[in-house]
Amino acid sequence: MSQLSSRHLLGIKDLSPTDIQLILDTAENFKEVINRPIKKVPSLRDITIANVFFENSTRTRLSFELAEKRLSADVINFSSSNSSVKKGETLVDTVNNILSMKVDMVVMRHSSPGAPHFLARNVKANIVNAGDGTHEHPTQALLDAYSIREKLGTLEGKKVAIIGDILHSRVALSNIFCLQKMGAEVMVCGPITLLPKHIESLGVKVELDVKKALEWCDVANVLRIQLERQQIKYFPSLREYSLYYGINKKLLDQLNKEIVIMHPGPINRGVELSSDVADSEHSIILEQVQNGVAVRMAVLYLLAGVRN
Amino acid sequence: MQKRLVLDQEQIGIIIQRFCHQLIENHHNFENTVLLGLQPRGVILLDHLAPVLERISGKKVPFGYLDATFHRDDFRRRDFPLKANETKIDFLVEGKSVILVDDVLYKGRSVRAAMDAMIAFGRPQKVELMVLVDRKLTRDYPIMPDYFGIRVNTLESQYVVVEWESQGQEKDAVWITEKVKN
Repeated sequence: MSQLSSRHLLGIKDLSPTDIQLILDTAENFKEVINRPIKKVPSLRDITIANVFFENSTRTRLSFELAEKRLSADVINFSSSNSSVKKGETLVDTVNNILSMKVDMVVMRHSSPGAPHFLARNVKANIVNAGDGTHEHPTQALLDAYSIREKLGTLEGKKVAIIGDILHSRVALSNIFCLQKMGAEVMVCGPITLLPKHIESLGVKVELDVKKALEWCDVANVLRIQLERQQIKYFPSLREYSLYYGINKKLLDQLNKEIVIMHPGPINRGVELSSDVADSEHSIILEQVQNGVAVRMAVLYLLAGVRN
Repeated sequence: MQKRLVLDQEQIGIIIQRFCHQLIENHHNFENTVLLGLQPRGVILLDHLAPVLERISGKKVPFGYLDATFHRDDFRRRDFPLKANETKIDFLVEGKSVILVDDVLYKGRSVRAAMDAMIAFGRPQKVELMVLVDRKLTRDYPIMPDYFGIRVNTLESQYVVVEWESQGQEKDAVWITEKVKN
């Protein structure tokens, strides 16, 4: 079967393992495409996509825009900072106005969890969630899964530790769903204040000691401390966080095995990752960025391919 | 279901030998020639042809697999998108003589898409088309093969099925069958 079970990509939670497999396999074809001398295919040439970003983003917006252009789609960009949202327009009105200009798909980032689900119920276009608050970031999880599969051959039975600010991270939640659906084991590790209560009910292992987490895992996906989402102090200082949870070369050298280091970016160098680790041969951070374009091409292609 | 044998294993073997001799005749020492099998079924014919060509000509002719899924003209006009296959081309086609290899030439739309996909790897000097079966009366586009195994008159209500022993079928064979009516 070469069709997704949904006409939107709202979260990994709604996807079946077959859907994820299809996206990853299709991404493999697109990875080959973006490494050709001419990196463009005409598949989406009669499609218009609006990138609607109510929250700041560099990597994800650029990655989506590049993916859309590589598929020959027409692209319009919208960011809330210079829009009528400031004048009090509602989300549905804003998007319906964009759609009345014959837009077929909407890629949206929003600070409120569930905003893309709300939109999917209220507008006609295909919706792709590019991050909704602290809820989900499905394309990041898919590109992380793709990068692990590319590096290690499979996800089945692999041990992945997600380390850092789990509480404020949409990447963590999407990653947990995605990795588990593909048969990987997941551990979360961080200071107790940055782990959500009852996280173990998702079937993940919980570890407070970063060294033990690194000893357990095949892959460490290190997350950024999201200071912009922290209204209160969850730990005494960045220096202390870095001392107990920062991953450096010395720590990796103490392990008697090689592990893969990932990071969804942007990196706070010297806080969660030291430069000698971020730039080392264990790190696949830049591969993740390249794979992000291929995975987003696959998602857009599969969603757009369904006849309306 | 009616089923008529058009080519048997021995005849397919002879055709592949003939293809090789025709290629040697037209492409001399193969210095500037590459073969591209069209995914998914043209590559099976190419996989049968390439070793025979190497044996007869004594030359190793570069070959690759080309997938045209993302260049098809029926995207969003089908119920669901087609699953893509691997494209494996580790050379540029810039300035080369390219021979596209497919099993059946039907509407000509796949070949059009394939030529579109091929251009992403450079501007070829010349492009030729080789097919095992040419369905003569069903073309939508003005596309003709340079090399064909057999030319058949078929209706739109019929399928041409190519079976390969290497793909788990009993023997190499080409059949014409009637489409099952719903």
